[in-house]
Amino acid sequence: MNLLQVSVWRGAASGGYRTYEVPRQESQSVLDVVTYIQRSIDPTLAYRFACRVGMCGACAMTVNGVARWTCRTHVTKVAKGNAIQIAPLANLPVVKDLVTDMREFFDKWARARGQFVPSATRKDDFARVASDSPGRVAANAGIECIGCGVCYASCDVVSWNPDYLGPAALNRAWTLVNDVRDRARRERLAAVAGDAGCHACHTHLDCSERCPKSIAPTAAIAGLKRAVALAAWKGEL
Amino acid sequence: MGAKSETWLWIAQRASAALLALCVLVHLLTIIYAVRHGLSGAAILERTRGNAAGLAFYSLYVLAIAVHAPIGLRTLCQEWLGWRNASLNWFMAAVAVALFAFGLRAAWAVFV
Repeated sequence: MNLLQVSVWRGAASGGYRTYEVPRQESQSVLDVVTYIQRSIDPTLAYRFACRVGMCGACAMTVNGVARWTCRTHVTKVAKGNAIQIAPLANLPVVKDLVTDMREFFDKWARARGQFVPSATRKDDFARVASDSPGRVAANAGIECIGCGVCYASCDVVSWNPDYLGPAALNRAWTLVNDVRDRARRERLAAVAGDAGCHACHTHLDCSERCPKSIAPTAAIAGLKRAVALAAWKGEL
Repeated sequence: MGAKSETWLWIAQRASAALLALCVLVHLLTIIYAVRHGLSGAAILERTRGNAAGLAFYSLYVLAIAVHAPIGLRTLCQEWLGWRNASLNWFMAAVAVALFAFGLRAAWAVFV
């Protein structure tokens, strides 16, 4: 039988890699491999997943040094010969094995004012937003984010500056800045400005390169830089 | 530093970068011209002394450097050294003043 040599991180911040042998199968995803280990070899292995079809963003891990969504990552695409190394996402505290604590990641969405603040009430008519309006097009580019944390784990700036809001939170803010129904634009621009916000981005593009949904947070961050600069210029910041 | 100050620092760095792109180009062309024509130190001084346009250009160049470099250096210190308190801002203000003073001194030295 063709066996995969799978090296998996065990422990929390301190720990080590343990190697498991997993039968190789056709169309096998990395998540399938982790599931096999937990169900057939070592039930103490902790990992996280939900939908298995690339919608929920729960199963992101570091595979051979690169953050990926494991449910949609084929073993054939990433295995080096017969070997795979699987670790928890970087830039986040490890709870156990492959499970990271996502609190800081999502708290930063809140800090970037990632909540929609409606300008209308339920008594008002539906807002009509033309699908080809510039704001709608800009928002469209970023709204498919599934919050998997791959961009955050891939970002050098996050590793250098723990306060940095990160690509996902800033991408979220940018979609709302372009939402004509939202009325918190000013507060949001102030929240994403500065050393912990969009101005810290070095345009390394790792987030855009690795986003499994092919979103370009770098473009969103560049948009925020322009919007914030314009607001500062007008004295609205 | 607050969001507003950080934003203005960013704007200042971008604006000075745009200026530097032009200044560095002119400066490099000047060097290439001087080298390719084998100009001696005396010949160069002959062209720079009393040249108000040259002094104005290099003063602008020095100003752009004094604005641009400390802002970038500040970010490097924050990210690589973890130096994030107010002392960093004072240090960078001193770097800016020093760059401006030494740069102007050099521009002035070949003018008079």
